[in-house]
Amino acid sequence: MTRMERKKRVDTFMTLLFYGGAGFAVLLLAAFIGLVLAQGFSGFTLDMISFDGGGLGNLFFNTIYLVFLALVISAAIGIPAGIYLAEYARQGRLTRWVRMAVETLASLPSIVVGLFGYLAFIVMTGSQWNLLAGALAVSVLTLPLVTSVTEDALRNLPQGYRLGSLGMGASQWQTIWYILLPACFPRIMTGLIMAAGRGFGEAAALMFTAGMSTDIDWTDWDVTSPSCPLNPIRPGETLALNIWAMRTEALQANAAQLASVSSAVLMLLVVSFSLAARYLSWRIDKRMSGGR
Amino acid sequence: MSEFASEIISYTSGALRNRVAEDIVMEAERSDVNTFDVQNLDLYYDKVQALKHISMEIRKHEITALIGPSGCGKSTFLKTLNRMNDWVTGCTVTGQVLFEGRDIYKEVDPLALRYRVGMVFQQPTPFPKSVFDNIAYGPRVQGMTDKHKLEEIVEQSMRQAAIWDELKDRLHKSALGLSGGQQQRLCIARTLAARPSVILMDEPTSALDPISTQKIEDLALELKEKYTIVIVTHSMQQARRISDKTAFFLLGDLVEFNDTVDMFTNPSDAQTEAYITGRFG
Repeated sequence: MTRMERKKRVDTFMTLLFYGGAGFAVLLLAAFIGLVLAQGFSGFTLDMISFDGGGLGNLFFNTIYLVFLALVISAAIGIPAGIYLAEYARQGRLTRWVRMAVETLASLPSIVVGLFGYLAFIVMTGSQWNLLAGALAVSVLTLPLVTSVTEDALRNLPQGYRLGSLGMGASQWQTIWYILLPACFPRIMTGLIMAAGRGFGEAAALMFTAGMSTDIDWTDWDVTSPSCPLNPIRPGETLALNIWAMRTEALQANAAQLASVSSAVLMLLVVSFSLAARYLSWRIDKRMSGGR
Repeated sequence: MSEFASEIISYTSGALRNRVAEDIVMEAERSDVNTFDVQNLDLYYDKVQALKHISMEIRKHEITALIGPSGCGKSTFLKTLNRMNDWVTGCTVTGQVLFEGRDIYKEVDPLALRYRVGMVFQQPTPFPKSVFDNIAYGPRVQGMTDKHKLEEIVEQSMRQAAIWDELKDRLHKSALGLSGGQQQRLCIARTLAARPSVILMDEPTSALDPISTQKIEDLALELKEKYTIVIVTHSMQQARRISDKTAFFLLGDLVEFNDTVDMFTNPSDAQTEAYITGRFG
């Protein structure tokens, strides 16, 4: 064939390859979600999602509560760290160390973080397994994400905001608090939601920190009691951990079924958070560029 | 670390800062001192010298234009007047800059200085807030919280900047939806609301269309009755149109500083003449 024909053949082939790769990714996700949901909902009975004792409903609550606590902790440390890196840090040794520390935290294996959590938050404090320890362990993993989201959000703001504010005699703190942070708040929110998505799926970090049992009584509102839902100092198994437990250590007859239902519920939670994050991003971009 | 410490000191000395600002106002109104007196100013960006032995005075209620080719140091000089160069890492300054008789590097708090010396930049960047909040930012930063006073100041500044009629019905809408010319006049109103006595303008019209440029030049001529204006401009025609005095910068040197009319009709330096007649630039 002529050189021109050959060129067109190769072009078509590569195009198909690219489309194929993308299509495969979509198919894979669809198959994955479909399979999990199908397995979860066959043989599903409503009393599986129970809200007493260690029922799945309570595990769902634990998952959300624990991730919420982890986000509060990561935000409290990560947002100031991100602000420091974006606004105050100068090129120098200290900054390089901070950056290296944040990047390393992001790549720590979660099981190791879990064992560290066990040592630091359980053994050294002499406590029983509790949600707060689990939240602290998960926050170690979500902290780098929150820090880099905050830093990127701040760096992407136009320099004119800073110049305009500082030029009027505002201090750096006033500039950050009144202009910069409010301007990138939506982006930080999106980052937090993404971090939440990460936290929901954590099992390895929670195995030795949050514990494997849960016993909540929704009528008990004494925050110091181990069966009060809002007490963070109580053991609290999460959905992800439950899946693992049901499949390895469980004694119930319908353990496999319970694991499937847990998977389905967790999957729905993660996917809806992911979609919510994307929707929020889309809304922000629309507002920023529309400017009305 | 030391900048953090000075942050705390600035914050806690807020009351002191207001008093210093007021003192300066009273002194200036009493005496006939120049707005700015610059003596032997040298400025270095790390090892590179960007300003060489600049000495000049800027008189009250005049428009002083700074002209020169790109990279000559005119914007750098402008930013020295309100100490915005402090924010550039590696920048060192020697020499003396007096603002209404006081050395701005030794006797005046930089934040207080910027209350009195406002700046308008080349790119109009209003904050992502409503028109009202943009303009009220200056007074709020200085500690004003009285809602009625803020509304008064906003209206007054907008009238002075000639955008009150255009924007009075959309005060609480986002400032990002305005046209370029409107945004720049908003930025000028924002600067005015902080009650400065000097307005520094860094090429304020180079990003704007001719009609907006005209409006801003007319505005500058009106404002000079109450304020002192220093304007960096790339356009010699603009300097001729609006300024009383012109300073010609070249490669960090102040080559000539004279009344505008004299400089453009009878420049004393050969380089000035070459630039003005367009032989380079």
